[in-house]
Amino acid sequence: MNLASLLSVALGAILADNFIFSRFLGGSSFLDNSKTLDTAAGMGLAVMCAMSAASVLAWLIDKFVLIPLRLEFLQTFAYILIIVCLVQLAELLLRKPLPALCPKLGICLSAFCPKLDACLPSVRTSCAVLGVALLSTRSGLTFVESVVFGVAAGAGFLLAIVLFACVRERLEYSDCPKSFEGLPIALVSAGLIALAFSGFAGLQIR
Amino acid sequence: MKMRMKIRQQLKEGLFTRNPVLVQQMGLCPVLAVSTSLCNGIGMGLSVLAVLLCSSVIVALLRKIIPDRFRVLCCIAVTAIFTTAAGQLLQSFFPPLSDRLGIYVPLIALNSMILSRTETFAFRSRVDAAAVDGAVQALGYAMALLLLCAVRELLGSGTLGGGLLGAGGAGIRILPEGAGLRVLVLPAGGFLTLAVLIAATQYILRRMAEKNAAAEKEAEL
Repeated sequence: MNLASLLSVALGAILADNFIFSRFLGGSSFLDNSKTLDTAAGMGLAVMCAMSAASVLAWLIDKFVLIPLRLEFLQTFAYILIIVCLVQLAELLLRKPLPALCPKLGICLSAFCPKLDACLPSVRTSCAVLGVALLSTRSGLTFVESVVFGVAAGAGFLLAIVLFACVRERLEYSDCPKSFEGLPIALVSAGLIALAFSGFAGLQIR
Repeated sequence: MKMRMKIRQQLKEGLFTRNPVLVQQMGLCPVLAVSTSLCNGIGMGLSVLAVLLCSSVIVALLRKIIPDRFRVLCCIAVTAIFTTAAGQLLQSFFPPLSDRLGIYVPLIALNSMILSRTETFAFRSRVDAAAVDGAVQALGYAMALLLLCAVRELLGSGTLGGGLLGAGGAGIRILPEGAGLRVLVLPAGGFLTLAVLIAATQYILRRMAEKNAAAEKEAEL
């Protein structure tokens, strides 16, 4: 474990294998919550925190519970449990000091809420968070690397969603063909950004 | 007879007019990610079908026991159980496919399309209705996924069925070598192809609505 390998994990997660533009994780939440810059930034920050925590917790659970007990096949189940608890915890912690910020962050909507409509945003982002947990343990990273990976994946998500929100705000005033209104034109612009990001493929640090 | 009509109506809605991917725009993450070859699409489509069908039935059976407060949580848990089973089956019987689908198989557990079906429909209906709805919605999902896969693989690499058919699993070559647009196989191609498919669906649906409105007007006159 040296600095170069950490840097390459980080750069890989932010640019070359960006969570949205090359792995499509959290695609739906990304397309829904990127209509204005401030919701996008709030959402990106919340997801970044969740991803960092999930990556670390997943590594710990994997190392100290699942592998010793030979329960690796329960990985998905265990991670979902952690993530749901994490979202609950974030809600409890954030609701008291920052009640106004809470709905903006989109994480106060937890898995316990009675209405599905209010719940889907959190489920959609938890898909991306679960993705980080699975990727960080499946690619056999060390502890420090998995911390870096979690933070970097979150930073990549934040970068992507902020970039995309800027594009999207301009799209509002554009005159596009009627059939392309709404999601299709958003997907086209996401595709063009993804094309730019694919230029980072093969980026390596020696 | 009435039942059959209803199923036909549901089938039309699930496959086309309320297609989970093309119209409701849900669960896009695996659709975009695995749609680089037709075989991936078949594997993913069948997994989603199996998971959604089983979870719908189980949630419908348990709907009187589950307290309303924990509805979403229970739906996620049931889906996660079947996803784990599907992942294990894929891994033991089709290891190469399981490797190519990677983390997108476990991610079925948090697919927003599956959650919305189990949570909004299966939780309020009888077992048979829930099973039909689950199957129809999953078929619609799989159909959109396969359409995307076919377009991307055919125009992107000029083959069909790569990884399963043809010599050495290279797929059946349909377009000449080097004629494919490589960009369609790249992640960017997923976004662009899906955009075109959704735009086409919106166009057709709009035309249909206009036609219906015109027909109604004529009938009034």
